[in-house]
Amino acid sequence: MLVRFWGTRGSLPAPINHKTVRAKLREALLLARGRSLDTPETVDAFIDRELPFSVAGTFGGNSSCVQIDAGTNEFVVCDLGSGVRDFGHYVLAKHKPPQGLRFNFFMSHFHWDHIMGFPFFAPAYVPGNVIRIHGCHSIMHEAMVRQQSAPCFPVDFERLGATIEFVPLEPGRVYEVAGVSVRPMKQFHSGDSYGYRFTKDGKSIVYSTDSEHKFETVNDSYPFVEFFRNADLVIFDAMYSLAEAISVKEDWGHSSNIVAVELTQLARAKRLALFHHEPAFDDKMIETVFAETVRFEEISRDGHRVEVISAYDGLEIVI
Amino acid sequence: MQIEETRRGAILVLTPVGRIDNETGPAFQTRLLAEMGGGGATILLDLSKVQYISSAGLHVLIAATKQSKALNGRFAVAALQPIVKEIFTISRLSHVVPIFDDVTAAMAAWS
Repeated sequence: MLVRFWGTRGSLPAPINHKTVRAKLREALLLARGRSLDTPETVDAFIDRELPFSVAGTFGGNSSCVQIDAGTNEFVVCDLGSGVRDFGHYVLAKHKPPQGLRFNFFMSHFHWDHIMGFPFFAPAYVPGNVIRIHGCHSIMHEAMVRQQSAPCFPVDFERLGATIEFVPLEPGRVYEVAGVSVRPMKQFHSGDSYGYRFTKDGKSIVYSTDSEHKFETVNDSYPFVEFFRNADLVIFDAMYSLAEAISVKEDWGHSSNIVAVELTQLARAKRLALFHHEPAFDDKMIETVFAETVRFEEISRDGHRVEVISAYDGLEIVI
Repeated sequence: MQIEETRRGAILVLTPVGRIDNETGPAFQTRLLAEMGGGGATILLDLSKVQYISSAGLHVLIAATKQSKALNGRFAVAALQPIVKEIFTISRLSHVVPIFDDVTAAMAAWS
């Protein structure tokens, strides 16, 4: 399987502005002083190997959207945040004519940042395409119609060209969709949210965002340890610091990098992708949190190493 | 877990020994919150003998900070070992829980 991150930002898209771009350019040029960068190859090597990611790139600003490419002829995607716009353009570029396509979206929940991309998902306007929106909330259809109603958007949901179906799921049950086994899990978040464990050919990917973990102690009996057990990749909502998550932002429905590491270590997961980045954080801050999380994983490791990744828009991970 | 106890005037200094984690956290929290009693207590947690603190232990410190404020008491930690200090930084607990370099500094501040 291949995981493509189209949107990794939490709560609200967070585009960078001209000042940020200028600051990156300035830092790159300062770091380039005294170096021989006479050819495109040496420039590429300098950018790719020597500049910090926060200078050479960006974690991106699109809200939640993650594709699980299982190598089948149907698309499997988690959430419809603003990143789904880029996913739609990617699909259109690959499939000409872009008709007869089948999409399966798995919804963590229907807060705005997780559905806002759908009105800009171009394949939804193409007759002949089939879009199945899977989820555990009873208000799936209502939420999607509301966001695309006047005066919020000029094209009503019911006027979209594709055939759109809503598929209700129950947490705890296993479903076979597009050649992949999917198990939803209820999470603590305002209005509830749901994580999904995708399994194919013995490999598992867990998508668990907008999920607060409320406990005094973490141990094997905590249900999420079982949900993450031996997963090849856990995509985890690490929006807040631990201190925020259990003090001023308690009950806001998000979790921390500390809890992410502890749960994935207990579950013996292989990789942890920090996800749903705080929109107030710039690239340097996200990079700092990433480095700190890698360090915490080292400090807290008890025999089993979890590889820590900080997800960014455009990241691809082969499972 | 072993918790050493000394009293310096009105200040109770508790010195836990070892790790504050899933195993030791619940009992440690019970003891710490009990010491806060009916309110107004001044408690300094000397962490000089703590080698590691997990999220369970950090929860305890947040709970103690909240309870102390609610009961008009005083609560702080002191003498963090390097690893524990790193965990305080990574978790941002240093923004929430008052920290002193050592017990002497806490005594001076509270005297």
